[in-house]
Amino acid sequence: MSSTTAVTSTKTEKMASKVESTSPGGIVPALERVLAQMKAFRLKPKQQEMLIKVAVLLLIYVLAFATRLFSVLRYESVIHEFDPYFNYRTTLYLTEKGFYEFWNWFDYESWYPVGRIIGGTLYPGLMVTAALLYWGLRALSFAVHIKDVCVLTAPFFASNTTIVAYFFGKELKDSGTGLIAAAFIAICPGYISRSVAGSYDNEGVAIFALLLTFYLFVKAVNTGSLAWSVASAFGYFYMVSAWGGYIFIINLIPIYVLVLLVTGRYSRRLYIAYNTLYILGMLLAMQIRFVGFQHVQSGEHMAAMGIFFLMQVFYFAEWVRAQLGDPKLFKAFLKFTVLAAGSLGVLALGLGLATGYISPWTGRFYSLLDPTYAKINIPIIASVSEHQPTAWSSFMFDFHILLILFPAGLYFCFKQLSDGIIFILCYGLTSLYFAGVMVRLILVATPAVCLIGAIAVSSTLKNLSKLLREKKSAAVSSTTKTAGKKKAAAKGGYDQLLPFQREGAAVLLLGCLYLLVQYVVHCTWVTSEAYSSPSIVLAARQSNGERVIFDDFREAYYWLRHNTPPDAKVASWWDYGYQITAMANRTVIVDNNTWNNTHIATVGRAMSSYEDESYQIFKSLDVDYVLVVFGGVTGYSSDDINKFLWMVRIGGGVFPVIKEPDYLNNGEYRIDKEAAPKMLQCLMYKLCYYRFGELSTEYGKPPGWDRARGTEIGNKHFDLEYYEEAFTTTNWIVRIYKVKPLDNRW
Amino acid sequence: MAGGGTTSDVRSLVSSLRSAYAATPVKLKIIDVYVLYALTTALVQVVYMGFVGSFPFNAFLSGVLSCVGTAVLAVCLRMQVNKENKEFRDIAPERAFADFVLCNVVLHLVIMNFLG
Repeated sequence: MSSTTAVTSTKTEKMASKVESTSPGGIVPALERVLAQMKAFRLKPKQQEMLIKVAVLLLIYVLAFATRLFSVLRYESVIHEFDPYFNYRTTLYLTEKGFYEFWNWFDYESWYPVGRIIGGTLYPGLMVTAALLYWGLRALSFAVHIKDVCVLTAPFFASNTTIVAYFFGKELKDSGTGLIAAAFIAICPGYISRSVAGSYDNEGVAIFALLLTFYLFVKAVNTGSLAWSVASAFGYFYMVSAWGGYIFIINLIPIYVLVLLVTGRYSRRLYIAYNTLYILGMLLAMQIRFVGFQHVQSGEHMAAMGIFFLMQVFYFAEWVRAQLGDPKLFKAFLKFTVLAAGSLGVLALGLGLATGYISPWTGRFYSLLDPTYAKINIPIIASVSEHQPTAWSSFMFDFHILLILFPAGLYFCFKQLSDGIIFILCYGLTSLYFAGVMVRLILVATPAVCLIGAIAVSSTLKNLSKLLREKKSAAVSSTTKTAGKKKAAAKGGYDQLLPFQREGAAVLLLGCLYLLVQYVVHCTWVTSEAYSSPSIVLAARQSNGERVIFDDFREAYYWLRHNTPPDAKVASWWDYGYQITAMANRTVIVDNNTWNNTHIATVGRAMSSYEDESYQIFKSLDVDYVLVVFGGVTGYSSDDINKFLWMVRIGGGVFPVIKEPDYLNNGEYRIDKEAAPKMLQCLMYKLCYYRFGELSTEYGKPPGWDRARGTEIGNKHFDLEYYEEAFTTTNWIVRIYKVKPLDNRW
Repeated sequence: MAGGGTTSDVRSLVSSLRSAYAATPVKLKIIDVYVLYALTTALVQVVYMGFVGSFPFNAFLSGVLSCVGTAVLAVCLRMQVNKENKEFRDIAPERAFADFVLCNVVLHLVIMNFLG
């Protein structure tokens, strides 16, 4: 417990001075008397410790919320990116129409002409949470708008995550570790990247649910109580309702159980915790329609079921052994049972797989285990930038000192293994592997890295401060608070001190302090500079240092909303589908829910065909407007021209008439005079660069200079035959074209 | 499968198991009967499903899982109230039973929702 003081010792003094400075401020005599009494009343050390802990935790809680508000300060209270717009739209629907309408919602506005069953194909946890918060606030007569509730949901849950992290750390080691873990996770960029204000996405609540489930499970394993197990089942339910990443939990926990079984740490507490979680969690998860029967039917969930049966066999064998007491007899029995159980299990699995009852692993799952899988087989998964393998720099960017503390923490973990510690080890190691496979999974690894890092820091600080207090423990009054610690220090006294031991410890402590301060500085900088951009509003710096805002996306979407017929269908690449339905309120052909690959490939094919072919495709889809995103004027690099090769690949994956080499010149992707002829004539090129040849973008460069790619375009003067320009935004980022009606004169 | 164990082995196994089991407290025996009953019911349902097919799959699942869940929870209760298990000393039998009831309530509420 002495680590608590070590961490908070600096804060203790601060707190103490604060209390003293505020206490004599009373004006009314009665109040003064009360204050004087309070001063006379001295807290016991235990109470002081409690007070400090609560105060620190409260500060962390506020900090976690506040640091995520950079995006609101820099821009405005706006929903970010792509998926959050869908979540926002569904939440709006939920609050307006009620839960049953939401649950049975068939959406005609997306995936035209197919439509989408929304209620059965989403994880409703986030929307329901936000709606409950909204209704709760309304009931308390706070007149909030649902948009602001959605914007602030993620920070709110991040704050709650810090509390869970505290209790988790406390369960793993001690409350000092808990406090450090809470502080780490409050500002860790890996987590902030997905939970800034406005980032209204599933992950925002899911990380909270994930950590809560794990904490409750570890608690259940440590106590062997059914109540904690039920609580963890509910945590799991919340996680399942919130995010597809629940698959991580349902595989990690069996792995953990297996590790315990293999290492001979099987206990009855484990039996109770796991089986209750599995049965109740599975049943609860089946209530989510999107998950449905997957727990008994899909290959990804079979590990959990196998472990469930294994535990029953194990328990039965254990029980028989306890009854028999005779090892020879038991051996005979064991041989029989193991053989029978093993062959039964293999038979059942084989039958299930052969009859197609158990579905094999999906591509997403494979691509996690084998990073090269998606690139070869599923271009649509590989095309998403957040599914790319993680670079080392982004590990450093997102974890900073935690990356160094992680191995140190592993060392301290191995030094004192317990069931809880083994769990965090399993969690940390597996999730770090997955974080290496996909950028977005850094998020899942973050809590584990924070906890293990916290174990490292708290162990180090504890050891150092013990050294520091070795001799004159009474003299260093500010750090010794409890009698227990004095005893511990006295007990741990060595016969002979090393030379400069105390000085060395002090220097090392200062070093730790320096590292931690660096971490805070780094996190704050990253949050304010890198992770607070809403990506729907772009910002850039001019050469004179002035900030310019490009608000073209909203300009275009509002134009669509106000100037096109309400039943107009808009075709665009799938990235912008959610935004168009949410902000422009118009029907789209494809959107970010990439469930129908053929449909997306059709749009990809149209974009990469010649104008007349694309016209036929779009007419067959009833398309009225085509929207492209173009960064040639502003230098915005994630535009459709840079995404174009993925359209070709995805289109070509379904329609072999589209061939990638047609768009490349000697394997090189370019848009200048050297570009492939088909590239210069395809629809995407024409829609992006229509009339661009007349425009001078940069001083000293020829007209038609593409600033995003830094070249002069190859095909400048052309006319559109089947499309007409309907609207182009101020900075040309979004260009909307009207598909001309069919020619009525033959 | 039974290649390793001879009949005499099996017989002595069964007899020694029976004599050892006779010493179990009555309370635990009641729980054992309960567990056996639940498992038998689950088995009957699975066999029945084999005959008529698993069409309302949620109904079948909830039936079987209700039985399996009951059995598992009862086994957990048995562990906690068994005086020989030292690791549960700080869980009083009353507390264990209250937890057991809570779990069952949750289990069967969910089952009722799932029956459809």
